[in-house]
Amino acid sequence: MRSTVPAGRPNRLFRNLNSKIALIPMILTALVVFLGGTVWTVVYSFTRSGLLPRLTFVGLDQYERLWAAPRWIISIQNLAIYGVLSLIFSLVIGFILAALMDQKIRFENTFRTIFLYPFALSFIVTGLVWQWILNPEFGVQSVVRSIGFTNFTFDPLYNSQIVIYGVLIAGLWQGTGLVMCLMLAGLRGIDEDIWKAARVDGIPMWRTYLFIVIPMMRPVFITTLVLIASGIVKVYDLVVAQTSGGPGIASEVPAKYVYDYMFQAQNLGQGFAASTMMLITVAIIVIPWAYLEFGGKKRG
Amino acid sequence: MANISALNQTAAGFDAVSDQLGSGPRGKKPRRTFSGRNIVIYGTLFVAAVYYLLPLYVMVVTSLKGMPEIRLGNIFSPPVEITFEPWVKAWASACTGLNCDGLSRGFGNSVRILLPSVVVSIIVASVSGYALANWRFKGADLFFSILIVGAFIPYQVMIYPIVIVLRELGIYGTLTGLVVVHTIFGMPILTLLFRNYFTSLPEELFKAARIDGAGFWQIYFRIMLPMSLPIFVVAIILQVTGIWNDFLFGVVFTRPDTYPMTVQLNNIVNSVQGVKEYNVNMAATLLTGAVPLFVYFVSGRLFVRGIAAGAVKG
Amino acid sequence: MANSVSIRDLSLSFGAVTVLKDLNLDIRDGEFLVLLGSSGCGKSTLLNCIAGLLEPTDGQIFIKDKNVTWEEPKDRGIGMVFQSYALYPQMTVEKNLSFGLQVAKMPKLEIDKRVARAAEILQIGPLLKRRPAALSGGQRQRVAIGRALVRDVDVFLFDEPLSNLDAKLRSELRVEIKRLHQQLKNTMIYVTHDQIEALTLADRIAIMKSGVIQQLDDPMVIYNRPRNLFVAGFIGSPSMNFLRGEIANANDRLVFRTQGVDFSLAGYQTSETLVPGRKVVLGVRPEHIAVDGDVQGGERHEAVVDIEEPMGADNLLWLKHAGHTLAVRTGGARRYAPGTRLTLGFDMSLASLFDAETEDRI
Repeated sequence: MRSTVPAGRPNRLFRNLNSKIALIPMILTALVVFLGGTVWTVVYSFTRSGLLPRLTFVGLDQYERLWAAPRWIISIQNLAIYGVLSLIFSLVIGFILAALMDQKIRFENTFRTIFLYPFALSFIVTGLVWQWILNPEFGVQSVVRSIGFTNFTFDPLYNSQIVIYGVLIAGLWQGTGLVMCLMLAGLRGIDEDIWKAARVDGIPMWRTYLFIVIPMMRPVFITTLVLIASGIVKVYDLVVAQTSGGPGIASEVPAKYVYDYMFQAQNLGQGFAASTMMLITVAIIVIPWAYLEFGGKKRG
Repeated sequence: MANISALNQTAAGFDAVSDQLGSGPRGKKPRRTFSGRNIVIYGTLFVAAVYYLLPLYVMVVTSLKGMPEIRLGNIFSPPVEITFEPWVKAWASACTGLNCDGLSRGFGNSVRILLPSVVVSIIVASVSGYALANWRFKGADLFFSILIVGAFIPYQVMIYPIVIVLRELGIYGTLTGLVVVHTIFGMPILTLLFRNYFTSLPEELFKAARIDGAGFWQIYFRIMLPMSLPIFVVAIILQVTGIWNDFLFGVVFTRPDTYPMTVQLNNIVNSVQGVKEYNVNMAATLLTGAVPLFVYFVSGRLFVRGIAAGAVKG
Repeated sequence: MANSVSIRDLSLSFGAVTVLKDLNLDIRDGEFLVLLGSSGCGKSTLLNCIAGLLEPTDGQIFIKDKNVTWEEPKDRGIGMVFQSYALYPQMTVEKNLSFGLQVAKMPKLEIDKRVARAAEILQIGPLLKRRPAALSGGQRQRVAIGRALVRDVDVFLFDEPLSNLDAKLRSELRVEIKRLHQQLKNTMIYVTHDQIEALTLADRIAIMKSGVIQQLDDPMVIYNRPRNLFVAGFIGSPSMNFLRGEIANANDRLVFRTQGVDFSLAGYQTSETLVPGRKVVLGVRPEHIAVDGDVQGGERHEAVVDIEEPMGADNLLWLKHAGHTLAVRTGGARRYAPGTRLTLGFDMSLASLFDAETEDRI
């Protein structure tokens, strides 16, 4: 009945052929777009590309010009201030909110819905509504003045010294809900017995959080940190909508620099160099994390 | 000696207990609703809630006021005279550059971008995730790692090469081009989402189906798909909000007459020409935010699950 | 008898980790073979290789004398039952049973016939229209067996099929699987970590450790004459008592000597010549040590009761004897207070001696 001849070993490439065909889009995306595109941009950042990409290498010229440009320096400064503060505040606020939400409170769902809804909104919407609220003629400043504090000044969007803090307020409003959710998921993932043990041992709640729970949540913190940080580097729409980089160039950010030089100033080389700098920044954040997260596991 | 004294103590304790029987604390420990602890917890949460709700409130009230009232009053006061004119204007006649047909054009564009992008990106990513989870072959994980690492690369780094490729293919500035871009950049998170989900399904199910003789597509359509409704809903939520809220790709990959709603909104509000009509601006902002907000409020827990799944497991 | 499944020099490694090593195994037609071992020993891996769900690194697999090493699972003439049942949750029981046949494009009439037969054998007829979620664990496992049954295959593979069930159901289904085997007379390969399942079901047991079969034998042989220390310790609960010592000469008789106490080796059967001075391990099962009145003459030993564990049918005593702790199983009728002095008798014809170095049976 059955053949006694062993089945020929099919060519490895054609085994489960369908699964390989199905992965072609992913492989193309990974190799051509992500890897290829990145390498292409990095290579062209060493050229004298202007209106069109040209392969005339000029060494580090583009980078020298970049770091000599006041607008780039301001962009980097803004990114640093925005980044550090946004990290600290969103982690602290997010964790506190999550810890409060974790106290078996009533209306938990209502509160969560309220804290998280801004995350569903785009940065454009976020930027525009905070532009309106921070409008000195009609917004918070005028309201506070109208109730008697006539010297009250709060016009971050029109003051180049503090404009980035105005953007920060909007950014925190949009993003802390997400951090809260991640933290809450982390808190819920902690063994109930830890809390029971701490209670039986008579350890006050704040100490339990500080010395037991937070150290246990290290992975959640790190993941959140990396997520926020790599998001911060990309910050673009928020600034475009809220301040358009102004007043003057006081609230410029690197991502906007890239876009403006690539698509408006038609100075591609600058755009490529600036985007490569962004790439390096992200790499500095992500690589140590990836090393800790995945490199360590393989050996363990 | 020690044993005896311990015994005595136990006995004494026993007596004390029996003395208290019937009179001591009993049943549920009474709790006050307004304990200091509760005031701190609910107080803080309430203040935070006000901060988060305020902008939504300001948007709504501003959009319902007339301009004269805005100039006189403060932004937090409810409208004295409710008018829907700003909404009508924002939708039908606000100007961006030379076009004065309001946000309705951007809305239409966004819908036409959204539907195919969501469908295509989810189909491609779910099949990839399934192949990665169940049909591992040598090298597949390498590509997947590149994909995930790629998710962290700023879009700005990859945008220009994509522009060139799309231009060469003749689809730069077209709807097809934008769908391709959304599919590409949705790939890492969605593939991860689906891969993790399919991996979490019992592997034995897949094995049983293989023994039953089902092939790649048969297992996908007849075994996996019927079990994956929740994750598809999560993916749809993720993509609908993500693509609707996109600004960068809209600006780069579309032309002014095919701008999505976010780009058009920004152009309306931040245009330097003409008198600023804050009420129209806020109505336009609300209109643009309405779609993701609707998705968010309707989907509730699934939305949370989506971002948590996408983020924490990443 | 012909071989139903033959495995030749099978090896499997994942990167640097070797799971199976040059494994050879012949399973006779109609045999019930149990692969027994603790988790990670490679037993499930071996089963998955036979099923074609894992590709071996090297070696060959024959089913019904046909080399199936490179065949797809569906073409191997096997059916498989999984620990988690692996029923397709969105299909009714009937659909679950018929899915594989539909995929194979079998005529509807034949499908119906086979499903009806399987349902009758397993008594799941009334459940056919239900979904898996509406079934109890035992019913689910029956459906899972039915799915293998309808395929009308030569070889049944079971991957810890009873491990997800509670103790009572497990013993019920164990009997049913045995009855099924007696009725169908198919070859069955059954993976488990439960020694009771192995001892009760198997025609032969293959005990595995680190990807190597330690002993392949009739259950009673494995129980009474374990080939090495690992097998001896693995089978039996509580575990066999092990005493480390050496062969010695006392008054011209060979004895096993430990901590200054001698055990006569008079009744021990071995083909090897025992040389005094050889380091060995003596293994005695708890039920092979006689207590007090049950001691049948011969050598007597003294011991003191340390802990008593009454188990109803029998009584497990943990005794102190010459610096060792010994487990002894006695009848359930008599109770022993801690500290009681006892007389013990060892039946050397049922004991095992192992070389202390190689750990192999002498």
